[in-house]
Amino acid sequence: MRYIPDTEKEQKEMLDSIGVKSVEGLFSSIPDSLRLKNPLSNIPHAMSEPEILRHMKGMSKKNADLDSHISFLSAGAYNHFIPSVVHHIISRSEFYTAYTPYQPEISQGTLQAIYEFQTLICQLTGMEVVNASMYDGASALAEAVLMAHRINDRKEVFLSKGIHPEYRQVVHTYCRYLGITLKEIPFSEKGIIDLEWLSKNISENTSGVAIQNPNFFGCVEDMADIEKLTHANDSIFIACVSEPVSLGILKSPGDFGADIVVGEGQGLGNPVSYGGPYLGLFATREKYIRSMPGRLVGRTVDANGKTGYVLTLSTREQHIRREKATSNICSNQALCALSATVYMALMGKEGFKKLSVLNLQKANYAKEILAGLKGYKIKFNSPVFNEFVIETPVSPDEINKNLMKEGIMGGLNLEKFYPELKNCMLICITENHRKEDIDRLWKLLKQY
Amino acid sequence: MSYELTDGTQGLIFNEPLLFEQGSDGRGGCALPDCDVPEKDVINLIPEDMLREEISGFPSLSEVDVVRHFTRLSQWNYSVDLGFYPLGSCTMKYNPKINEDVARLSGFSNVHPYQPEELSQGALQMMFELGEYLSEIGGMDRVSLQPAAGAHGELAGMMIIKAYHESKGENRHKVIIPDSAHGTNPASSTLCGYKVIELKSNGRGLLDPEAVEKAMDKDVAAFMITNPNTLGLFEENILEITEIVHRKGGLVYCDGANLNAIMGIARPGDMGVDVLHFNLHKTFSTPHGGGGPGAGPVGIKRELIPFMPVPVVEKNNIGQYKLNYKFPHSIGRVKAFYGNFGILVRAYTYIRTMGSEGLKKASETAVLNANYIMSQLKDYYHLPYDRQCMHESVFSDKFQNKNGITTLDIAKALIDYGFHPPTIYFPLIVKGAIMIEPTETESKDTMDRFIAAMKDIADRAEKDPDSLKKSPIKTKVTRLNETKAAREPNLRWINDYLMGVF
Repeated sequence: MRYIPDTEKEQKEMLDSIGVKSVEGLFSSIPDSLRLKNPLSNIPHAMSEPEILRHMKGMSKKNADLDSHISFLSAGAYNHFIPSVVHHIISRSEFYTAYTPYQPEISQGTLQAIYEFQTLICQLTGMEVVNASMYDGASALAEAVLMAHRINDRKEVFLSKGIHPEYRQVVHTYCRYLGITLKEIPFSEKGIIDLEWLSKNISENTSGVAIQNPNFFGCVEDMADIEKLTHANDSIFIACVSEPVSLGILKSPGDFGADIVVGEGQGLGNPVSYGGPYLGLFATREKYIRSMPGRLVGRTVDANGKTGYVLTLSTREQHIRREKATSNICSNQALCALSATVYMALMGKEGFKKLSVLNLQKANYAKEILAGLKGYKIKFNSPVFNEFVIETPVSPDEINKNLMKEGIMGGLNLEKFYPELKNCMLICITENHRKEDIDRLWKLLKQY
Repeated sequence: MSYELTDGTQGLIFNEPLLFEQGSDGRGGCALPDCDVPEKDVINLIPEDMLREEISGFPSLSEVDVVRHFTRLSQWNYSVDLGFYPLGSCTMKYNPKINEDVARLSGFSNVHPYQPEELSQGALQMMFELGEYLSEIGGMDRVSLQPAAGAHGELAGMMIIKAYHESKGENRHKVIIPDSAHGTNPASSTLCGYKVIELKSNGRGLLDPEAVEKAMDKDVAAFMITNPNTLGLFEENILEITEIVHRKGGLVYCDGANLNAIMGIARPGDMGVDVLHFNLHKTFSTPHGGGGPGAGPVGIKRELIPFMPVPVVEKNNIGQYKLNYKFPHSIGRVKAFYGNFGILVRAYTYIRTMGSEGLKKASETAVLNANYIMSQLKDYYHLPYDRQCMHESVFSDKFQNKNGITTLDIAKALIDYGFHPPTIYFPLIVKGAIMIEPTETESKDTMDRFIAAMKDIADRAEKDPDSLKKSPIKTKVTRLNETKAAREPNLRWINDYLMGVF
């Protein structure tokens, strides 16, 4: 067995030193009635390395993948180009086979990388403090809602209906037993939040107002107006970003005065990977630091005055505070955060902006030419980044079925999440789409 | 043996500034395509007041700069691939390379979560089968793969318990948790609105059925247990305990952190456990990644299935795999999409590589290795519960205290011998705990070198304790000032570092 090095001879030597006759003798504390009499029958026999590789390749080939298909899907999982360097760095086993950096003297690589991650996300979001990451965008948003409640002890949180529906579902789950009421802010005919509704309904009970920008429909929200209404009421302004590449060109939520910024960092160098593992981003203001969940890395000095990094402010966390902790989280998505750090370092100041502009230009080109198709209509008249909603003459499912025959995965049918949005498709264009891919989509959609 | 006792060396350690302290404007590390569509003025697409200036502080580096930077950083890390990592409760077993290759196959890593089910049959099949395997290993009826980590599995599991009681019209508001439990247990319970009642272990490090009987009342929703417990001991009275809990209408939650001791030998489901989470990054060999991502699937018994997170992966009678959202009593979602899929692929690969017999062999060897280390060190370090252990053993610094040497000193000294220290100061019920979990993937000679180092440290604690206080000395940095880090938090780089408190 190649992962178990000890030979029979060595096992015998160890048993002799322990003073038992057989391995069986080491399990005497397990009552007999609980001991399995037979091998686990549902688990097949061991496979050799070539066998398992063949088996797994066979299984993977039953999935359509983005290498062999053109895809216009997004909705929280973005198909961006990932430079080779990212894979090479995160494949260094000094990074991926390390544990949480609890022993800082021999974990400076992970710790400095997280400190750099925290800094880059501060710069990207315009915020002051960023943690070492959360599970994903959805759970980060849920933690933000709980944090807002911790800060002002108000009982009601507003969630924009333009937030990713699955994120909202996760917030509902997290709040289920904590006495926090969630209310949904409807969207206007422009596909952005209904400010009138917000101004009418916000009250001294409103703990926080959470929005997503660009929102689930790809539309850019009126951040300045939302901020004004929220802060006039002393509520916490929570901004969620599911497409971080947008921040290369859009004014940061921090600059708009957000109190908590959460997001999904998958788009920063992590593959779509059927929905995980992803990267929850969590940022806030200095004044709220003691209320924030998750790990933090700080800079300090060693016994000789040399700069080094450690996990810090851990008195907020579960291993110290137990039931009084700010969250039950006990890990971060360190390797996904490393991907994002390497990715942002490679793109750099100029590259990241160029990337963002590429997405913006291409998506708006697609939006414009598709809008000209007979029978189609751009659903919402708001500025968009790299996603937009198009109303289709027939059901998006039917269109997608036909597109698939051409090796194309069409956009998301929004009816799945918004029954009121019949015949609406969410289309995403990134730097990975060539003009000819967009033109081909146009041509294929023309036939309806 | 050809190894020196003090195996740790400095290796090649280069200094490397932060990303932000190097590079020069105009450099870049990625070749993006030119824009091939007709371009518009950006301000015609996005209103000017919604646009940003450049991202202040973002670096400007070439590809070579970036590669060297992170390669240098990687050399400052200890890792399983470098050496022995006996962190108790963390199961730092070897992370097989084939798992990494498989997870990177395009048909797994480049698959979009919203592509149609009929185009994702391989992904769904893998998830369905993994769920079946985990159910079998844990003795559970169904498994949800959605939770992203152990603590996330606990949250999902405790919510399932809460939803179950509520469905029966019961308003139980307390959860009993032993004093030896992981900190996540009480924290997860609190998130479900439960009040935590702590239960003391007895003098043998175990739970007394009498104490459980006394603590159980009609307000208790669940008993949260870890078995084998965090002292590395099997809860011998588990059947009696779960019977008491059930008799009083409660459910039993088991933290599966220590499953590596019992695969193919005994199953929590057979012990009366109703909910169990698995740590795929511990028991099933997926890498820890420097702190994540892991995966924390949660297994449940039949009567709890209606409450599990959605969607649930199912197989229909014509062999197609489906995502079923129709669970009206579900607790909802704990995560977007379906789980940490890339981690699930690795765990699946591991289970199929090991097979039924291999998993059992892994547990047997893990327990043998732990007992071997314990038997070799118990004359040198205080062993508060002196009897056979399961996959890990817990010592303390009691013998060394008289010379002023603490667990922290012992841990830091080990670093200079080339080993990662064990888990320290946990469980909380042992003062100065040193928790050693070798796992099955370590050879006898590796363990012998570790044992020799531990003995040498014990010897130095007697003869030259001051020398231990300075360790580690062979690392890039020596002991770090954690008080300063917490009192004067510096959590990000800003242009003039000296100006910044934050």
